[in-house]
Amino acid sequence: MKKLGFLLQKEFRQILRDRIILVMIFAMPTIQLIILPLAANFEVKDIKVVVVDHDHSTLTQRMLGKLGASGYFRITGAVSSYQEALHYVERNDADVVLEIPVDFERNLVREGRQQVSLSIDAINGARASIGGAYLNSIIADFSQGTDLDIVRAAHPVPAGMPVINVTYNTWYNPREQYKYYMVPGIFVLLLTLIGGFMSALNIVKEKEIGTIEQINVTPIRKWEFISGKLIPFWLMGLIIFTIGLLVAWVVYGIVSVGPLWLLYLFAAVYLVALLGFGLLISTYSANQVQAMFLAFFFMLIFMLMSGLFTATESMPGWARTISALTPVTHFVKVIRMVMLKGSGFADVQLEFLYEIAFALVLNAWAVFNYRKTS
Amino acid sequence: MAEQVIVCKELTKRFGDFYAVNNITFEVTKGEIFGFLGANGAGKTTAMRILCGLSFPTSGTATVAGFDVYHQQDQIKRNIGYMSQKFSLYENLTVLENIEFYGGVYGLSRQVIKERSNELIRTLGLEREAKKLVGELPLGWKQKLAFSVAIFHRPQIVFLDEPTGGVDPVTRRQFWDMIYEAAATGITVFVTTHYMDEAEYCNRVTIMVDGKIEALDAPQALKQRFQAENMEEVFYQLARSAKRSSD
Repeated sequence: MKKLGFLLQKEFRQILRDRIILVMIFAMPTIQLIILPLAANFEVKDIKVVVVDHDHSTLTQRMLGKLGASGYFRITGAVSSYQEALHYVERNDADVVLEIPVDFERNLVREGRQQVSLSIDAINGARASIGGAYLNSIIADFSQGTDLDIVRAAHPVPAGMPVINVTYNTWYNPREQYKYYMVPGIFVLLLTLIGGFMSALNIVKEKEIGTIEQINVTPIRKWEFISGKLIPFWLMGLIIFTIGLLVAWVVYGIVSVGPLWLLYLFAAVYLVALLGFGLLISTYSANQVQAMFLAFFFMLIFMLMSGLFTATESMPGWARTISALTPVTHFVKVIRMVMLKGSGFADVQLEFLYEIAFALVLNAWAVFNYRKTS
Repeated sequence: MAEQVIVCKELTKRFGDFYAVNNITFEVTKGEIFGFLGANGAGKTTAMRILCGLSFPTSGTATVAGFDVYHQQDQIKRNIGYMSQKFSLYENLTVLENIEFYGGVYGLSRQVIKERSNELIRTLGLEREAKKLVGELPLGWKQKLAFSVAIFHRPQIVFLDEPTGGVDPVTRRQFWDMIYEAAATGITVFVTTHYMDEAEYCNRVTIMVDGKIEALDAPQALKQRFQAENMEEVFYQLARSAKRSSD
């Protein structure tokens, strides 16, 4: 135990002496939390619409007015033919062409139905489908709202005909703001970087400069060396996590609905798992470049498949299996449940067992792989 | 009869069908400066790694400081010091911090470390550099410091793997003075080198060729036997028969 004290002292001295790392510890959570929720944002805004209005009626004017007022659309042009409108799309001045046929108002009032045509630039698939859906719902809303009074007067709904009205309640994130979804995810990103990368690079660095050979001829035991390496990063991870929680509170006003101790419990176990992963990477790499590539390869897969950016539920079966086999996925899920829904330990105990299992397996594998003697 | 601190009998290390160390037998006496010579790839480093408890032999027996290389590696490590040509102190720690760390991992108390490091700093004349980062020191000083750190816990044996590589002649001379001082206190010195003038400084010298020991004697006796003017010639006569290409 006394030797471990000397090892920890040395590691902390080296970490604290590295100004860049020290700055990163504080800057990384702050900057990532401030920038990422703004940038990694799937809300579709500012969709540019070019209108081909063959009707020029009061009704179309009102419909276009509503479109503009929704905040999602900007009418960038009004032209007289579809061909002209396509030029807008080609020049990237429009994402959507909305074509309103002749006699739109007359037919709508007279027959109670009328079609408009939407042509959407689908290079960015998500933007196209979400934007199209918004536009659709605004037009549908328009046709069912006050404006239909005119129509309804002409075609009254027969009495007794059941009308099903669907109303929505958005829970846990009532204003459907993206930041509530992203901020907890970024905590995971931060801890993953500390756990997975920094520990791997630190150990491999000792291999690279040859000091590990010197350590190997000393009577330091394997567990002492490994603990000496992992404990500092474990503490650093928890400090960064704390800074992250503070930034989320100060900048976004996001405070965890669920208990803080549960968040810290998961963060602590998750860090052990990720540190084990970093250690494992370091046992397979001879230098920092190899470690970087290996870690990056797995991290990218972990991150993209973890449900951090996209819902795991919409992945194909095989992808969901891979996703379930990374510790990241479960932590992302739990941290959102606890922070946003206020889940308690009983709700997340299965995930807790998963994290414990990852921590045990990854560390056991790494320790087994790390040898002082060949 | 003097105490034998290293005893090797028919020690062999095989990688596949390559015999890195082939059936070597020798003994090293307490307080002796024992030179371990050989061309690159002759098997010096492999043999040394076995004796330091970093690698298991394939066959044969060896004891270091009375402990078996198969089963008592931990005890061996506690009783030896090691310094390699690859600089092994932490460049981003200060002189004192390096001494403290290595003293600590060999189980010395903080009190002992403090006393001995003050003494060491004085002897080396590093008073002004004690709180400087090791990375800022010139190479020769680093090597002298590394040697001092390797014997800081007063080991029975110190293994030096090409300790003077890249060091200027004056510093090399000073370095060997330090080796003599250490040997005078009873520490056995096991040293590999490529400098044949340094071989002359050793009490006894072995020359390894292709994994085998081709000669083992005092430098004077070797020169007579091979009718050579100096160790360089002895080495050349033996090493040119090597079949292995150097690495």
